[in-house]
Amino acid sequence: MTSVSLPPVGSPLDALSVRGVSHRFGDNLVLDNVSLTVPRGSFTVLLGLNGAGKSTLFALVTRLYDNVSGDIRILGHDVRRRPTQALQRLGVCFQSKAIDSDLSLAQNLAYHASLHGIGGREARKRIAKALETVGLADRAHAKVRTLSGGQARRVEIARSLLHRPGLLLLDEPTVGLDIGSRESVISIVRGLVAVEGLGVLWATHLIDEVAETDSVVVLHKGRVLFAGTVPGMKSAAGVSSVREAFRALTGTTIAEAA
Amino acid sequence: MTIASPLHLVPDVTPPRLGLRAYLACFRGIVWREVLRFLHQTERFFSALVRPLVWLFIFAAGFRQVLGVSIIPPYQSYVLYEEFVTPGLVGMILLFNAMQSSLSMVYDRETGTMRTLLVSPFPRSFLLVSKLLGGVSVALLQVFAFLLVAYFWGIELPPVDEIKLFTGFESPGWLEAIIPSMKEPVIVSFLAVPAFLQPVAGYLFVIPALVIAGLMLGSLALFMSSIIKQLENFAGVMNFVIFPMFFASSALYPLWRIRESSPLLYEICRFNPFSYAVELIRFALYGHVDVVSLLVVSACTVLFLAAAVFAYNPSKGLIGRRGGPGGPGAGGG
Repeated sequence: MTSVSLPPVGSPLDALSVRGVSHRFGDNLVLDNVSLTVPRGSFTVLLGLNGAGKSTLFALVTRLYDNVSGDIRILGHDVRRRPTQALQRLGVCFQSKAIDSDLSLAQNLAYHASLHGIGGREARKRIAKALETVGLADRAHAKVRTLSGGQARRVEIARSLLHRPGLLLLDEPTVGLDIGSRESVISIVRGLVAVEGLGVLWATHLIDEVAETDSVVVLHKGRVLFAGTVPGMKSAAGVSSVREAFRALTGTTIAEAA
Repeated sequence: MTIASPLHLVPDVTPPRLGLRAYLACFRGIVWREVLRFLHQTERFFSALVRPLVWLFIFAAGFRQVLGVSIIPPYQSYVLYEEFVTPGLVGMILLFNAMQSSLSMVYDRETGTMRTLLVSPFPRSFLLVSKLLGGVSVALLQVFAFLLVAYFWGIELPPVDEIKLFTGFESPGWLEAIIPSMKEPVIVSFLAVPAFLQPVAGYLFVIPALVIAGLMLGSLALFMSSIIKQLENFAGVMNFVIFPMFFASSALYPLWRIRESSPLLYEICRFNPFSYAVELIRFALYGHVDVVSLLVVSACTVLFLAAAVFAYNPSKGLIGRRGGPGGPGAGGG
């Protein structure tokens, strides 16, 4: 399954459906006819090296750029035509920090709940729940600056869950974390997929974050080279490990592929 | 680590419609965050306060003997230069604050903070206006801290027994052409102030003036920093925006004195929207509504806001500075 065929028109069953999306900066074609699907309840890894176009794709899905060619749907809602409905169902963890170090966890989360129109008692209820989910319930009134890097990442995840999205995008969520924090962030997100039925698109260049049961999308130089299951990826490349399959598909050397 | 308890996400694939209450919650959240952040940055609070106080304690004291201010509305008696310059310094607080907060909105547009604001499902125009008003709230705190210090320095506003409408401040030529009576100063009594409010009426009455003037300056700043690339550092803003706007205005000297020395500069000051912001604040502090300034500031606010929302392009910084996020320096691809 190395060829990329257009998936059917985004069904509301899919958390995310991207079809035929291209994007260029000047003469530089950053995304070339990209199509991918994240079904509900699926942990999909968007695998690509730095410069593959992952951040551009995220910018398009989060409606940072308006000039979208092709079609992007979140739970069936077109990002361009029905941005309000689409964005209400979307949770994002960006690469750079979105929480304030000077404020407490609860203050930060109250602000982000309000960005989705949630205030008062309902917000407090959801904040308590979200902090519980990421294992930080007892730190609600601590300032963010007192947290470790891994804990701060978990607050970002709690932040992105407050409005109960159906799709969660994470852009390189484990960069800069030690092994323990990395594992805890990954297992929290995998738990959300299993228990809540969330669709997750996890962008990374770290191949060892791919589990055997995940869906994989390999993005290289703006093009989708493979989309499917992990066993499918290995048999498509005719090798036995994900790392080798990635190298074979992208034609990159050992040094480039982390 | 396991999930402690389900969040029950699935029922919420049809989230509630965003009604008035949701808009209010969003607005309150954005404004409150700006205020909280400001209160946690003590050094920012003091540096914001020191700037106008230096002008008041040193510059104004030095100029007291040089510059006499005759009795012109809204003043009912001869005032010291310190008292005359106070509304101008209030305007300066608004101007600096507007520049700082708008510049950070443009400069931080690719950080997580600004991007999470922009992925909120509310209309982008609403989010930007809320954010600007958050900046204005911070400016209000600075203004009242300044007025409090000024009070102990001897600048006491006289009690206001009634709100008056005033027309006749140096109105722009186009307005005089439409309404000829604008040339003649007219003061009309409008509303009596209850006795218990009279001592603080000026301080209360200035709040709406500060909000609208702050919004005008904030949206102008956002518009300018969105379209002019050179303004992306604060030194450029100081030289090319803040200083010209502040000095070529009625903040430091009455316009009739400027006309005596340079008719050209006088015309420039009359063209400068900051002059009207300062006069709106000056008159409001004495319980007057300066109708001309109110009209000019309101019209400019609407115009600049529309221009700012139109010009603010969150993707521009990515393309402009780094050759696109797919480019070599982008990090994370």
